[in-house]
Amino acid sequence: MTPLLGSLAAALLAATVFTLVMSASQGFGWTRISLPYMIGTVFSGRRSWATAIGFALHFAIGIAFAVLYALVFEAWHRSGIEVGAGLGLLHGLFVLMVGLEVLAAFHPRMASRHHGPTPTRQLEPPGFLALNYGWRTPLVTLVAHVVYGAILGASYVVVS
Amino acid sequence: MGTDSAGDAFPPIGDYGLIGDCGSAALVSSDGAIEWLCCPRFDSPSLFAAILDRERGGRFRIAPAAPYHSARRYVDGSAVLETQFRTASGVLRLRDCMVAAPGAGEVGALWPEHQLLREVRCLEGRVDVEVSCDPRFDYGRRRVRAEDRNPLGIFLQDRGDVIVVRGEIPLDVQGGCIRGRATLQQGDRRFVLLAYDHGEPASIPPLGDNAAHVLQETLDYWRGWSGRCDYEGPYREQVVRSAITLKLMAFSASGAVVAAPTTSLPERIGGIRNWDYRYCWLRDACFTLRALFELGYVAEGSAFFSWLLYVTFHTHAELRVLYNVFGGSPGSERTLDHLRGYRGSQPVRTGNAAEKQLQLDLYGELVAAAYEYVCREGALGAWSGRLLARVGDSVCALWKQPDQGIWEIRTPGRRHVYSVAMCGLALERLIEMARAGDLRLSKRRKERFARISDEIRAAIDRHGWSDRRGSFTNTFDGEDVDASLLLIGLYGYIDPCDPRMIATFERVRAELGSQGLLQRYAHHTDDGLPAGEGAFGICSFWAVEYLARIGRLREAEADFETLCGYANDVGLFGEEIDPESGAVLGNFPQAFTHVGLVSAALAIAEARGSRPTAQLGGRERVTHPRRMPGKQAAEDLCVEEPR
Repeated sequence: MTPLLGSLAAALLAATVFTLVMSASQGFGWTRISLPYMIGTVFSGRRSWATAIGFALHFAIGIAFAVLYALVFEAWHRSGIEVGAGLGLLHGLFVLMVGLEVLAAFHPRMASRHHGPTPTRQLEPPGFLALNYGWRTPLVTLVAHVVYGAILGASYVVVS
Repeated sequence: MGTDSAGDAFPPIGDYGLIGDCGSAALVSSDGAIEWLCCPRFDSPSLFAAILDRERGGRFRIAPAAPYHSARRYVDGSAVLETQFRTASGVLRLRDCMVAAPGAGEVGALWPEHQLLREVRCLEGRVDVEVSCDPRFDYGRRRVRAEDRNPLGIFLQDRGDVIVVRGEIPLDVQGGCIRGRATLQQGDRRFVLLAYDHGEPASIPPLGDNAAHVLQETLDYWRGWSGRCDYEGPYREQVVRSAITLKLMAFSASGAVVAAPTTSLPERIGGIRNWDYRYCWLRDACFTLRALFELGYVAEGSAFFSWLLYVTFHTHAELRVLYNVFGGSPGSERTLDHLRGYRGSQPVRTGNAAEKQLQLDLYGELVAAAYEYVCREGALGAWSGRLLARVGDSVCALWKQPDQGIWEIRTPGRRHVYSVAMCGLALERLIEMARAGDLRLSKRRKERFARISDEIRAAIDRHGWSDRRGSFTNTFDGEDVDASLLLIGLYGYIDPCDPRMIATFERVRAELGSQGLLQRYAHHTDDGLPAGEGAFGICSFWAVEYLARIGRLREAEADFETLCGYANDVGLFGEEIDPESGAVLGNFPQAFTHVGLVSAALAIAEARGSRPTAQLGGRERVTHPRRMPGKQAAEDLCVEEPR
């Protein structure tokens, strides 16, 4: 397997496991956060379309982020499970504290926490650390990102 | 109507009105309290269950603060319930609905999975109105903290479920309960809503004009739907109300019809005959299908038939008694011991142990439904035909076995005459469909079906008829009768005008009937439970239909009108009726009772000649295919009445 194919496989694996962890957490009722749904509703108001679009984009974003992780590993000349997991933790904190806030501000269908819902903006905003979606949400999100990073870190050692 | 505004006492079961969105349904009392709601589907754990426990169940009430008299109705042709409260200072109108077909065609709108929308409007004077909303997740087992996220609303979440409560009446959380109060002047209107979502960020519906628009859309949806009813015969109002009630109990995603949206409303107050009816029985599939088709609801009928075939396939042509709305198992029967039950009627059950019973009549019900379908919609597909042929094989293998029968008795099985007759009906209908080219049966299969159907007729002749009592009996070599024997005539297995069927009908009416009502079986029948239950609504309608089918139209009409008098103020029937008080008993409202009403009305219309006997599928529908060897010409006993 060439390094490029190996990297792509690692990215796919990491994105898949991330999606599984998040979806399982939803299924078990631990959290209501659904990044694919939140991303998909930017583009469509129909639930089914939003979910499909969201999953495709979320997967693509997962692969794109794997490239960023690889650049960081390359720049640091370090990788492995611990480094990947640490990077994932940082990534998860950034998503919770900055990414979701930005998404909420610009999301065309997300209700404003200051002005309430309107006929076109009805989606529940995430709130601080996405706690609106359940108190386990930050934990689940961080775990998923840590697992994502750990897979990429471990894979990078093998591929490189 | 009552003036009780405290709401601590249980209202009568018949005090409730039904609203729903074809996925779930809620019961609203005449006090303006929603006291039963399960989400996301009929058989999910409840959010409001005050109907089963006043303290732990939870309810959502909007009503005047001052004493009042209330009266209510459904807004014409819809499932929007309207309660009018008259107080000393003014008149308040409350309109309740679950939003149907939300936002169809609107771009950019996200809607919750379920939404309860409540509109209060002051019609006269000035009225202080109070709101109290106290949702309890998981049948009242889980009470969670309400979180006020003004201006988004008040949120409650538990295990992936999320509820948002919003209102134009200011709401806040007091002692764990959402409360609000406002004074409305004449012409003032306020909306209060509850939205439910699961597993995803919630959708938060706006109020104001948007809520008004959604209410209007829901009204339009129901009026459009009920407007499609092409029944123009007698008792149209009752028939249309029954059709809407059936639609409310039809799960739109699969086409399945639940028996009732409730669990454990008692068949006897304080008794243990409390069952979970939030599942789909195959029983009366044929009548349900016929009712839907005859009223012009072909899409609903076809969806229901597809669901029937799906569940048949799912269980390898060996039928279960009941299924959940997706055709799966409803799960084992459990009791909810933390709930006190309606007026102390314990236990409160979820799941239904009847699932594991053998009930042979179901095979006949299914094939009769298929027969009804092909008579109207044409031939079955090859896959459906093969499936039904396998159903015939199951009948051949099973028909000699004792079963629990249509009444789901919880004693060791017996050989029920009705069950055996329905096995025979299944085989005869299959042969008939094969002859007409609606499905393909191999020669070997056809011969086997014919031989066994003859054996069944002979067995019923020999063991199902009592010369001593002059009637068919409920079990082989038994002496008693039950109401299911009427169905042998109504399904056309034996001509309803056959002298032996007429004699059986008269005996059933004499022994089980009282004040226009019919018990399902005699009180002394050992069904494995303590005695005591009301008259069965559907059995009473069977008797009406029977009268119409044998030409005794005046009696049929009189009994039909008597029965309609037992409906509640908004035209809903439960499973049973207390013959002494006329009170509703059992789960409420009951789909099969409403199917019985429609079927009886159709029979009366046909007997009056105001509606033709259905003809479809290129041949006349056969309602009287064969006669048992009788001693008197059947036509002699059928009465021709002047119209």
